[in-house]
Amino acid sequence: MARTPIRTRTRVLAAASSAAALLAVTGCGAADMTKQTSPFAAPAGIRTVTLSVQSWVGAQANVAVAQKLLEDELGYRVDLVQTDEVPAWDALSQGRVDAILEDWGHPDQEKLYVEDKKTIVRGGDLGVTGHIGWYVPKYWADEHPDVTDWKNLDTYADELRTPESGGKGQLMDGSPSYVTNDTALVKNLDLDYKVVFAGSEAAQITQIQQFAKEKKPFLSYWYQPQWLFNEVPMVEVKLPEYTEACAAKDPADIDCAYPTTPLQKYLNADFSQRGGEAADFLKKFNWTEDAQNEVSRMIASEKLTPQEAAERWIGKNPGVWKKWLRK
Amino acid sequence: MATAQAATPAVSGPPGRRQVLALLRRPSLAKLLVLALIAAVAVPVVQARWGGAAWPGALTVDLTAPLGEVNDWIVANRDSHPLFLYFFGHVSDAVVLSVRGVYLLLLALGWAGVTAVAAVVAWRAAGPRLALTAAVSFLVCGLLGMWVQTMQTLALMVVAVLASVALGVLLGLAAGLSDRTYRALRPVLDTMQVLPAFAYLLPVALVFGIGVPGAVLATVVYAAPPMARLTALGLRGADPGVMEAVTSLGATGRQRLLTARLPLARKELLLGLNQTIMMALSMAVIASVIGAGGLGDRVYQALSSVDVGAALAAGIPIVLLAVVLDRTTEAAGRRIGTEPTGPAALRGARGWGLAAVLVAVVAVVGRFTGGRIWPEGAIVAIAGPVNTAKEWMVDHIYTGVPVVGGTADWAAHFTSWILNPLRSGLQGLPWWSVLLIVAALAWTIGTWRTALTAVLAMAAIGVLGVWEPSMDTLGQVVAAVAVTLVLGFGIAIGAARSERFERLLRPLLDVFQTLPQFVYLIPVVALFGIGRAPAAAAAIVYALPAVIRITTQGLRGVDPAAMECARSLGATSGQQLRQVQLPLARPALLLAVNQGVVLVLAVVIIGALVGSGALGYLVVLGLAQGQLATGLVAGAAIVCLGLMLDRVTQPTTRTAPKES
Repeated sequence: MARTPIRTRTRVLAAASSAAALLAVTGCGAADMTKQTSPFAAPAGIRTVTLSVQSWVGAQANVAVAQKLLEDELGYRVDLVQTDEVPAWDALSQGRVDAILEDWGHPDQEKLYVEDKKTIVRGGDLGVTGHIGWYVPKYWADEHPDVTDWKNLDTYADELRTPESGGKGQLMDGSPSYVTNDTALVKNLDLDYKVVFAGSEAAQITQIQQFAKEKKPFLSYWYQPQWLFNEVPMVEVKLPEYTEACAAKDPADIDCAYPTTPLQKYLNADFSQRGGEAADFLKKFNWTEDAQNEVSRMIASEKLTPQEAAERWIGKNPGVWKKWLRK
Repeated sequence: MATAQAATPAVSGPPGRRQVLALLRRPSLAKLLVLALIAAVAVPVVQARWGGAAWPGALTVDLTAPLGEVNDWIVANRDSHPLFLYFFGHVSDAVVLSVRGVYLLLLALGWAGVTAVAAVVAWRAAGPRLALTAAVSFLVCGLLGMWVQTMQTLALMVVAVLASVALGVLLGLAAGLSDRTYRALRPVLDTMQVLPAFAYLLPVALVFGIGVPGAVLATVVYAAPPMARLTALGLRGADPGVMEAVTSLGATGRQRLLTARLPLARKELLLGLNQTIMMALSMAVIASVIGAGGLGDRVYQALSSVDVGAALAAGIPIVLLAVVLDRTTEAAGRRIGTEPTGPAALRGARGWGLAAVLVAVVAVVGRFTGGRIWPEGAIVAIAGPVNTAKEWMVDHIYTGVPVVGGTADWAAHFTSWILNPLRSGLQGLPWWSVLLIVAALAWTIGTWRTALTAVLAMAAIGVLGVWEPSMDTLGQVVAAVAVTLVLGFGIAIGAARSERFERLLRPLLDVFQTLPQFVYLIPVVALFGIGRAPAAAAAIVYALPAVIRITTQGLRGVDPAAMECARSLGATSGQQLRQVQLPLARPALLLAVNQGVVLVLAVVIIGALVGSGALGYLVVLGLAQGQLATGLVAGAAIVCLGLMLDRVTQPTTRTAPKES
């Protein structure tokens, strides 16, 4: 009995004091979450840009070069935020991130944020063309040239068997965040294969490197541009030709190759208008696959930090980036 | 106890009947018989209606549409709805402001100042040895080139731990003072701890956006339960004699709470703080997936370029922070109630005053001589040598090692001889028989309540529509737990016998318990390839330390008189172990089994990143593709699996009051 008043009192007290503390800290009125900066951002008076980095090295290369130039040439401070692609779009629309420099195509998100809500605007081409496909190592394709056509894949299913793929051949897929139709493709093309998900790009790369070291055959979902091609040369397997009609099918019915995508930049709408020099620079940022691969390789194979790799590339290629800074 | 009852000669009647009745007196057999009876009636009906191995489609509920609507509503209203403007917005602002405040303070102190503060606090709370450990640990963080990241993580941790403690104490007070709240809160706390953090990162990120606020709140959800539990435990355990005395002195309710109950619960409160800090640190890396920054972010980024060395360089500071914070709070807890020692000038307020002056001097001197940020020249790059060492290891033990075979061969055998049969077995069993087995296991070691909970948890998995992946995950968990127990018990028996071995083992166990799992993902793939085998390896590495520790302690704790007695009777050391030590340490062994299950289950999601597939993959997929339903449903299924496994491995008796 005696307990009841204590309980109510502590509870009321606690609720009231926490509410009061919250209001004291934040001030009354509306709090707009889209106007929040990171607590680790530099103090006021310094201009800050926040860029989103995706998990693959190509994306790291874009961001590292942009960061270095924004900092050294334009006097900005750059914050990086690492997230998966779909959450990154979400963050971009809220202004948590100012720009995505390499997008591989997200039609749902584009429709929602660019066309309907207008919180994100297009930032133009990155200059790099992306392509997803099925790849086999060059050393294997050289021995068996006919493996590079999907129609002959079944003949080699036996050689690609692993404990994970059961009695079938293993088609290795990577991170769950990547765009893939592979499960549908295997079914619709009636192939004697099983899609085994490596679960992350890091795991997939490690496995490919391991196979290459032993000169073992493998078949993997992979994409260009990618630095790993320099280390493990791979040849693409021809799939049924890509057509618009096929791409428009239900994801479960797709039975053709992946498209070739000119990679896109996207900017937060507000930042695009008021971002000044930084926004102009990011819109003009445009380089080639070779350039991106050069930086990526320094990061991934030579184990330089992205900053060091960017610095080296910037030192060697003033002709390329000076154009991005011009008014 | 069961045998004692069966032996009671109270049964009369013809011999045959007597035997049956005697059998029935064995509680576990009776329970099984009842279960068999129920099955005999129900199974034919169920089989006729919903036959087949997998859970029947007619008995599932699809949550995709409603959860999808919630998702869309949040996205559409996030920038305008009052709920976000006047509530979540303020919460978010408060988090950002406080993290920023702590971060700026840490930067203002400079590296010398922060190191001095850590050393002095450790010295005041835990003595000179820990002061040295703390100082060296912070300097190592700087030497590894991770100073700024360490400060970011520390700022995040300080705010998250304070918030967790505040929330935990509030919940604990409510639960400690009222029985009804206590009962209502228990399942909530259970769920908060068992639900994989990956599953609620998405909803949190959806509401708060990516970045620090979401990360801090996700950490609070995970880290507050131990504080709440231990606060409640401390309050409920207050000595009734003392309480009686205080009441008779005419203290009001609040006075009783503040002057008697809370001070009496100091030990539990400090243990709660310790646990909360450890849990918060283990979230540091996971929260980086939604942009928390700091050390976790470095670990995560290093992974994308498959750079184990860089991941380790960022992982070591996390381990060091964990060790320093753990030892300091633990030692502080031990010191409670003991007399202060040392010269009078260092005691109480005067001691703290002196400490503050010391810190101020060091910080000012540090600012003038070295600057605020760690000097770039004083960084030791360990990434290169670590990567070389990893390459060497992989090159030499991956395959073709004489006699034992390489790691790749082990992985292949483990997959095809253990994991594949287990998976096809579990997936091939009719769904109702799985429920029956679960019921039988849970009922024989517990009460009908535990059995009911376990069966309902399994049924919930079916209703959620993730039966097949759950059976896959279950198979992997069972296999990994089995290996963990075999290895763990073996090592623990060795450690219990040799003090030296145990001392050598201790730092190794510390490292594996606190090292972020992301760091060893790449090495396990390099050694075992992709698939379920490396995922099992990662889970074993993570769960092994706890199993070894608990078992060693249990074996050590066996009554020395019993051991002496066995020895004097001429038992060999093997006999001593089998017939005295192991049976007497049974409670500890059971706890080890339970912890093994819980910890292996905690790595299911991480395992998905190296190809374990099943439920873990669905959770990661949900987060990566922004599919609220996929991630949450799979997360809930993991909770259900955890609940079921807990009930079938943790013996409960009807008479023992739960958790008090």
